[in-house]
Amino acid sequence: MLTFTIRRLVLAIPTLLFISLVIFLLLELAPGDPMAQVPLTVPPEVKEQMRIALGLGEPIHIRFWKWLVQFFWIEPQVLIDHILGTRFSTGDPRVISWQTRSPVMDIVVQRIPQTLWVVGTAYVVGILIALPIGIYSAYRQYSWFDQAGTFVSMIGFSVPPFFSGVLVIVIFSVNLGWFPSIYDTTLQVVDWASFRQQLMQMVLPVMVLALQITAQISRFMRASMLDNLNQDYVRTARAKGLSEYTVVMLHVLRNSMIPVVTVIALGVPSIFGGAIITEQVFKVNGIGQLLIGAIQANDLPMVQTLAFIFAVLIVLFNLIADVLYGILDPRIRYD
Amino acid sequence: MTESLHDKATDPKDEIASLAAHDPVAAIVRGPMPDRPPRSQWLDVWDQFKSHKGALWGGIIFLIIVLGVFIGPLLWSVEPTFIDIRSRNQGPSLAHPFGTDQLGRDILARMMAGGQISVAVGMAAMSLALFLGSFVGVIAGFFRRLDGPLMRLTDLFLALPLLPLLLVMMLLFREPLNAAFGPEQGIFILIVGAIGITSWMPTARIVRGDVLALKEREFVLAARSIGTTNTKMITRHILPNVLSPIMVSATLGIANAIITESALSFLGLGFPPDFPTWGRLLFDGTDYLQQYPERVIWPGIAISMTVLSVNYLGDGLRDALDPRIRGR
Repeated sequence: MLTFTIRRLVLAIPTLLFISLVIFLLLELAPGDPMAQVPLTVPPEVKEQMRIALGLGEPIHIRFWKWLVQFFWIEPQVLIDHILGTRFSTGDPRVISWQTRSPVMDIVVQRIPQTLWVVGTAYVVGILIALPIGIYSAYRQYSWFDQAGTFVSMIGFSVPPFFSGVLVIVIFSVNLGWFPSIYDTTLQVVDWASFRQQLMQMVLPVMVLALQITAQISRFMRASMLDNLNQDYVRTARAKGLSEYTVVMLHVLRNSMIPVVTVIALGVPSIFGGAIITEQVFKVNGIGQLLIGAIQANDLPMVQTLAFIFAVLIVLFNLIADVLYGILDPRIRYD
Repeated sequence: MTESLHDKATDPKDEIASLAAHDPVAAIVRGPMPDRPPRSQWLDVWDQFKSHKGALWGGIIFLIIVLGVFIGPLLWSVEPTFIDIRSRNQGPSLAHPFGTDQLGRDILARMMAGGQISVAVGMAAMSLALFLGSFVGVIAGFFRRLDGPLMRLTDLFLALPLLPLLLVMMLLFREPLNAAFGPEQGIFILIVGAIGITSWMPTARIVRGDVLALKEREFVLAARSIGTTNTKMITRHILPNVLSPIMVSATLGIANAIITESALSFLGLGFPPDFPTWGRLLFDGTDYLQQYPERVIWPGIAISMTVLSVNYLGDGLRDALDPRIRGR
C-alpha cells in the first residue's frame, strides 16, 4: 500500500509541473501588457524600468524558475515561520499582487475561510441528502420515488448555479423575505443572535451548491447500488436468512460505497470551481470572487497563484481518490 | 407487375427469387425466408428511441427551441437592439409579449437573438470538442505507440482547473481577437475555441476505449488481411462503429457548452453588452431583480429548458444506440 501511494505521489509531481507551465505560458504568451494602464505621459524608458522592477525583463525560462522557487520554496517557508515563529523567509522575495502590492498568499489566506465555510457546509449537506436518495432509488428501482429522484437530479444537472442562485433569491429573499440575499463576511459570531444570523445567510448559497452536489452523487450512489444488488453474494446473504436491513445496509452498501467515496473525493475541486459563480451571485467574499476581481483588474500574479491553487486541489484530490480506492478495494493495488 | 419494373440482369436478388419460384431444390438451398421485410439499423434505433418518453420529449422540445430562435425572428421582426426609451420597463403586452427592458428594447426579440448565439456557440463548441476528442481517441486507440503519450496528455488536461483557465483566456485573448475579427466574430471565435479546447477529454477517453475493443474484433482482422490501409480502416471500419458514443457525447457537449458560455457571460467575461446571449440577458436582469424578476426568469428558463431537453435526449440516445438494450 505504501509503494502504491508513493508511486502515485511521484506521478503527481510532473502533472503539477506541467499545469504550472501551462498556466505560466498562457499568461506569458498572451498579448496583454501589464503597462497598458500606465498613463501615456510616462516616458518609455521609465516604463522599461517599471517593467524590469516587475521582473519582466528576464527570459521566460528564468522567470518560470523564479516563479516556481517563489511558490514552492519561499511560500512554504513563510507558512512555517507563521506557525512556528521562526525566521527562514526573512528578506526573500514573495509573490506580490499588482493590485494591492501585498503578498498574494496573505490575501488568499484571508479569503479561504469564507469559501471553506460555504463550500464545505454545502458539500456535507449535499452528501447527506444524496446518499439516502441514491440508496432508496436503487432499492426500489423504477418506483415513483426513483422517477422523482431522476427528475430532480436532471434538474440539478441542467439548472446552472447562476440561475438557481438568482431564482432562490427571488423566491426566498425578495418575495418571502426569509433569508438575506447577500452574504455578510464581516459578521463576527459572538453570541446566539449572530450565530443565527450566520446560519440564515448561509442557507441560500448552501442550498444552491447542495442541489448540484446531490444531483451528481445520488446518481452515482444509485448506479453503484444497482450494480451490487444483483450480485451473487446478495442472494447468498438473503438465503442465509439475514434480515433485509442487514443485507442492504451492511452488505450491499459497504461494497457500493467504494466508487462513491472516490467520486466524492474527486468532486471537491470541481465544487470549488462551481463556487466561483455562487460566490459571485451571493457576494461571498471568498477565493472565487478574488479570482474574478483579479481577472478584471489584470492582476496576473494573483490570477496565476489562484489558478495554480485550483490545480493543486485537483491533483491532490485525484491522489486522495486513488489512494482511497486502493485502501477500500484491495484488487486495485496490485495492477 | 413489379418484376417488369426491375432490370433482371442487374438485380441478383430478383433473379434468385424468380428461380426459386420454379425450382424446388433452389427453394431448399435458399433456406427460410424472413416473413418481415428487412429493417435498417436506424429504424431499430428510432423504435427504441421512441419508447423512451423522456428522450422523445427532450428531442421535441430542443427542436422547438432551435426552430423558435432561428425562425422566430422572421415572424417577430422587431430589432433586438432597437431602443424605444419611451416604452421602457413595460410589462407583458400585445406589442411586447415578454415586456421591455430598461432601454425599451423588446425582450422577446432579445431572447430570440440571444438564443441564436447561445445555440450556435453550443453547436460550434460541441463540434470542435467532438472533432478533437474523436481524433485523439481514435488515434490513441488505433496506434499503440501513441496511446501512452496521448492518454497522459488527456489526464493532464483533465487536471487543469477549467473555469479559472477559461476566465483567464477570456481576459487575455479578447483584445487581439477583437482587433483581428471585429468584436462579434472575435468573441465568438474565442468562446467557441476556449470551450472546445477545454472539453474534448471525456469524448477522447470513451472513444479510445471503444476503439481498443473494436481493434480485436474479427472484421478488423479480415479487413487487415485484404490489405486495407490504416486511413481506410479508420474511416470505413472504426469510425462508423464508434459513432454511437460520439453522438451521445455530442448531446452532452451541447449542454455543457451552453452552460459554460452562459456562465462566462454571467461573470461579465463573455459577449459584449450590446450583443445579447441568454447568459448576458440573465446577467443584465440581475440588476433589476427586485422590481422585474421576470427578466431573470425568462433567460434562465430558456437555458435550463435547453440543457434539460438535451440531457434527456442524450439519455435516450444512449439507450437507443446500445444494441444490448435495444433488443429488450
